[in-house]
Amino acid sequence: MLQGSDLVCVRGDRRLFKNVNFTLGAGGLMQVGGPNGSGKTSLLRMLCGLSNPALGEIQWCGTPIQSLGDEYYASMTYIGHLSGTKDDLTAIENLRISSALAGVEIDEPKAREALQHMGLASREHLPVKVLSQGQRRRVALARLLVCQTTLWILDEPLAALDVSAVKLIQQLLEQHLEQGGMVVMTTHQEIEITAASITQLQLA
Amino acid sequence: MAINWFKYSSPASFYSLAGKMIPIFVFLAVVLTIAGLYVGFFVAPTDFQQGEAYRIIFIHVPAAWMSMFLYVIMAVWAGIGLAFNTRLSSMMATAIAPTGAMFTFLALWTGALWGKPMWGTWWVWDARLTSELILLFLYIGFMSLQAAIDDPRRADKAGAIIALVGVVNIPIIYFSVQWWNTLHQGASVSLNQAPAMATTMLTGMMIMVFASWMYSIVVILKRVRVIILERESHTAWVAELRKKEAAR
Amino acid sequence: MFFWIIRRDLLLAMRRRSDVFTTLFFFVIVVSLFPLSVGPEMNMLRTMAPGVVWVAALLAAMLSLGRMFSNDYLDGTLEQMLLSPQSLSLLVLGKALAHWLVTGVPLVLMAPVLGIQYDLPAEALFVLTVSLLLGTPVLSLIGAIGAALTLGLRGGGVLVSLLVLPLYIPVLIFGSGAVEANMAGLGYDAHMSLLGAFLLVSLVFAPWAAAASLRVSME
Repeated sequence: MLQGSDLVCVRGDRRLFKNVNFTLGAGGLMQVGGPNGSGKTSLLRMLCGLSNPALGEIQWCGTPIQSLGDEYYASMTYIGHLSGTKDDLTAIENLRISSALAGVEIDEPKAREALQHMGLASREHLPVKVLSQGQRRRVALARLLVCQTTLWILDEPLAALDVSAVKLIQQLLEQHLEQGGMVVMTTHQEIEITAASITQLQLA
Repeated sequence: MAINWFKYSSPASFYSLAGKMIPIFVFLAVVLTIAGLYVGFFVAPTDFQQGEAYRIIFIHVPAAWMSMFLYVIMAVWAGIGLAFNTRLSSMMATAIAPTGAMFTFLALWTGALWGKPMWGTWWVWDARLTSELILLFLYIGFMSLQAAIDDPRRADKAGAIIALVGVVNIPIIYFSVQWWNTLHQGASVSLNQAPAMATTMLTGMMIMVFASWMYSIVVILKRVRVIILERESHTAWVAELRKKEAAR
Repeated sequence: MFFWIIRRDLLLAMRRRSDVFTTLFFFVIVVSLFPLSVGPEMNMLRTMAPGVVWVAALLAAMLSLGRMFSNDYLDGTLEQMLLSPQSLSLLVLGKALAHWLVTGVPLVLMAPVLGIQYDLPAEALFVLTVSLLLGTPVLSLIGAIGAALTLGLRGGGVLVSLLVLPLYIPVLIFGSGAVEANMAGLGYDAHMSLLGAFLLVSLVFAPWAAAASLRVSME
């Protein structure tokens, strides 16, 4: 269970948001909305522990995430709007390294399978720099297939994706939620996901 | 009398406390500087070896001491700020740096002025001079790093790390330079055989050391006040202060 | 995990070999400039050689520090590293080691050739190479702190040199000191042990300080 209480975010002199409260249980999806510059990305970065809230606390299963540290990171996957892929490496190398970083070492067939599932068949051995923006995004999102984490924190996962890929990601999310996973995401697009509980968090 | 010290760890109350303390320290600094300079220039006897030129030590020695003290104090404040996330401590560290750098520069400069009549050269690669020069580099690094970072909290923390790394390295650097210097002893003049000092000389020097402390406290408090105002400019108490100033 | 990072950084360096060669050529050019500026007098060059080679190694190592984290920072990989369940200090150690393999080791291998240009005797060449072998990893390790602190700042490259060069002084003193001592017919064991001690101390503390710096810079 992920819980945020009275979160306040300050960037420089400006206060982006205050009094943000939420509780996210198993199988829950939380969609963070709000105009540009309202602090959506800042909130997600706080939730994964990259930055600290100016005030307030974030708890994972009842314990503050700062004191959990590595234990929390092992149960969480964050995909930001930077894809975290290396231009000079191939899609397979990228996926294998990024999942090894997340603590899951996979062999080449498994990586190829995941990339094929993401619709990148026959492009696994190309360096990522020759791929399109949407294809790079798919390489990044393929990590969701291999890392068996409970909590997914996704910043604009659908940006730059075409219709078929959007559908694929929606399926993936639904499946994850059905299995009791949790998802926090921002998106500007309408999404059609059926899940047990969907919360909307609107940042002013 | 029980004083709630924690009250003063908030920038707002420290601002007014510092405002009250500054006049006291200004008074002390002025009195001690006049007394110290009087003793140094009129009471202390002329040195039979070095003549009148030695009198620069009344500036040089306090400056050199302050340059080292202040770096350590700066690192301690910065470290406290990093460990306990107290904003005021980090502001203290930021405020100390320019004064420390100033004293370092003063020590180098007066050292050169002293060196010319003593050894016939402005600069020797003596262990102490070299270490002092490196100390100046460390101060400059700290200040440039903080100046390059826009976000004040990041500037505080990054500055704290480099100050702490510096303070760990100072003994290593000092020791290395010392060894390097003895290895090349032939090329330089040793400063170590200073003649025994007359009591009045020592008194004058100690008074000047205290004067430097007082001066540092005044300047640092003033600078902290400015930093507090800059950082807290969006808060209610600063707005109120502004109103009061305007009404006056 | 540690090995994954090293492997990845080496792989990236292999795909972009020009970066490695730029650092190496910089080193060679700086060392070759000195005879041109002070004249070809062999006796003077011989006494200058250890200092010149060491200063050039310092500058070359520093030149490449900017790249240590900035690429990972720009493409988002650094975020992933911070969120890794592995220890960040260990990852930083891996990156510093990879940096050394890519920039430090070529310098060590090139140093004897440059020493010959300065007419160093064979034993001095050996001492120079060993001192660089012990000293250059320290440069990468301490440099990691500077690189982490200046991440994403404008003018970061120049700033790194301001922060890091004063901290390099002990390595410089004992590295070139070892060669000088050898040429003067003295023992150089003490210098080497001290360089080794610096290496051990920085192996323990630098990754930790650099990891803390990364967290500060990424917040």
